[in-house]
Amino acid sequence: MESILVLTHADESGSALSKGSLEAVTAGKELAARLGASLVIGIVAADAKAAACVLASAGARLMGVSGEAFAQARYASDAAACEALCRAANSSIVVAPPGSRMARVAAGVAHRLGGVIDTHITALGGAECVEATRWFYRQRVEGTITRDARPWFLLLDAGTHTAFEGAMSDVHVEQVAVELPALRTSVNGFREPLKDAQTIRPDARLLFVAGAGWTKKQPDGETRAVRAGELILDFLRLTGASLGSSKSLVDQGGDGQPVLPFLTHMNQVGQTGSTPRHAKGLSTCCHGEEPHVVGWRFIGERRAISLDPNCGWTRGKADVVYVADAFQVMARVNELLAARKE
Amino acid sequence: MANTFHIVVCAGIAPDPLQTLEPVTTPAGPGLKNEMVLPAVLDPWAASALYEAAHLAAAHPGSRVWLVSLGPRAKLQQVMMTVAQKASFELVPVDGPIGGFTDAHATAAALTETIATLPGLDRERLLLFGGWESATRGAGVTLQLAGERLGIMDQFQGVDHIDVREDGSFEVLERVEGGKHQASLCAGAPAVLGWATGNLAEPRNNPQVGMANMRTILPALQRARSATLDARGLRYVQVSLPRQQRTTRVAKDMTADAIASEIVEWIGAE
Repeated sequence: MESILVLTHADESGSALSKGSLEAVTAGKELAARLGASLVIGIVAADAKAAACVLASAGARLMGVSGEAFAQARYASDAAACEALCRAANSSIVVAPPGSRMARVAAGVAHRLGGVIDTHITALGGAECVEATRWFYRQRVEGTITRDARPWFLLLDAGTHTAFEGAMSDVHVEQVAVELPALRTSVNGFREPLKDAQTIRPDARLLFVAGAGWTKKQPDGETRAVRAGELILDFLRLTGASLGSSKSLVDQGGDGQPVLPFLTHMNQVGQTGSTPRHAKGLSTCCHGEEPHVVGWRFIGERRAISLDPNCGWTRGKADVVYVADAFQVMARVNELLAARKE
Repeated sequence: MANTFHIVVCAGIAPDPLQTLEPVTTPAGPGLKNEMVLPAVLDPWAASALYEAAHLAAAHPGSRVWLVSLGPRAKLQQVMMTVAQKASFELVPVDGPIGGFTDAHATAAALTETIATLPGLDRERLLLFGGWESATRGAGVTLQLAGERLGIMDQFQGVDHIDVREDGSFEVLERVEGGKHQASLCAGAPAVLGWATGNLAEPRNNPQVGMANMRTILPALQRARSATLDARGLRYVQVSLPRQQRTTRVAKDMTADAIASEIVEWIGAE
């Protein structure tokens, strides 16, 4: 008989569970119901009891690790906290939420417990045993796996389960003691681009992808990188879209070619970048092949503007391809959007 | 004493990103069609780690860089012909299976065994580098497992920047959600850093560096030890290509005005 532990943690506010944690709670509940397994939810937070209020109706035993050391995401303290929760719950399956915090420590914790781990899990299935689905080769091959070894840690991918919703209520959380190792790392906060330069918006409905074509020679023989930058930033300002880019465009700075100064490697999507999950995507001046498709795997509706009617990546991948000059189209799009706002 | 580091970069090899991949079933489990003849590259994120390691070592004279890579010897040799021209390092090859379907725990064990026996490695100065994920298995766990096995309690993933201070401590910027970096200050080595892209451009090929590297790379390849990777109970139920294929409408004869109107309508309330 399997038993399930869902690891969760507080968000930046410290007083609520992260969205990824609530998605993991849903996954854990569904898995426990299907397997007839017991369910424990473990919480890592400065104040686990406060963060757990939303879990009153989860139908699970709640365990928590509390203390100032756990307000910050740090390997040594988080790994110790998760290890203590896992040992206290003694579960055979550990479901962990998506996000940088658990991705940093889950494998280390699995090793400490003599267990195994698989990550980027997109679905949990199987009739008589647990089967986990994940991508290989950067979303190019899909596989379903199972394991005999226990405990088996399953780190979920973001957006694969709905976030658990429950009424806020007082709950009983069993506090688990943690013996912290000497902490050699201190977290000093977050760095983010200046407000005006913020171009990565994971919660936006629309992803705008800029390709290297924006900085190449145009039909008049000139490059117009400055104008390209203006058009793109205007569009982002008018729509609130998130900005993605191809690797080639980001790398151009190192080659001394015209660049869009607000682009960094953080904007990259695809083989060496992120795999965004926006509802809609508009790609412009992109001529990427398979690596670019990889970055689009989880975009809902996709449209593209390209001068190349035979661009290989768009066929079968985009819903609509507009064969046109992106400079002209985006200038007009911005005018229309601005008129709507007035 | 000036800061010197012993940087070990763990790097696998991956099929060239431009290749079409097709999964097949082999006696050893799932694999890729014509896997051994597909052109290969150093895994992109691990390559970032290597360039950052070389950059760090150059800034701290006396530092050493090892590149520990597990893969078929012939493929490693092919990849090294290019990589050797990018940065100075000592190659420590491990002759083993290729591909994304091997088990990360077994891979970590093989790497750790190799790292632990590196001649001249000072573990107090060890910085274990690698990609935060790979372009093959993409699990993002191998480096953590290796770090745990080596007893390293300070680990960072999704690293884009390291700034070493005079006292040997260093600030690390890790990617977190929302396009932000988390800034942490670590007291010093030993530590694990799983790199994202970093901030350095890919170095240009330097034939002199390549010739110097190849003098040690070829003998190292000849004496590479072999590793077999245990599946540790990992079973593949099914492996396939995603089937999604969209019906693409190619709009060739629309004016910019008409396209703009359609796009604005499509964006809707965004």
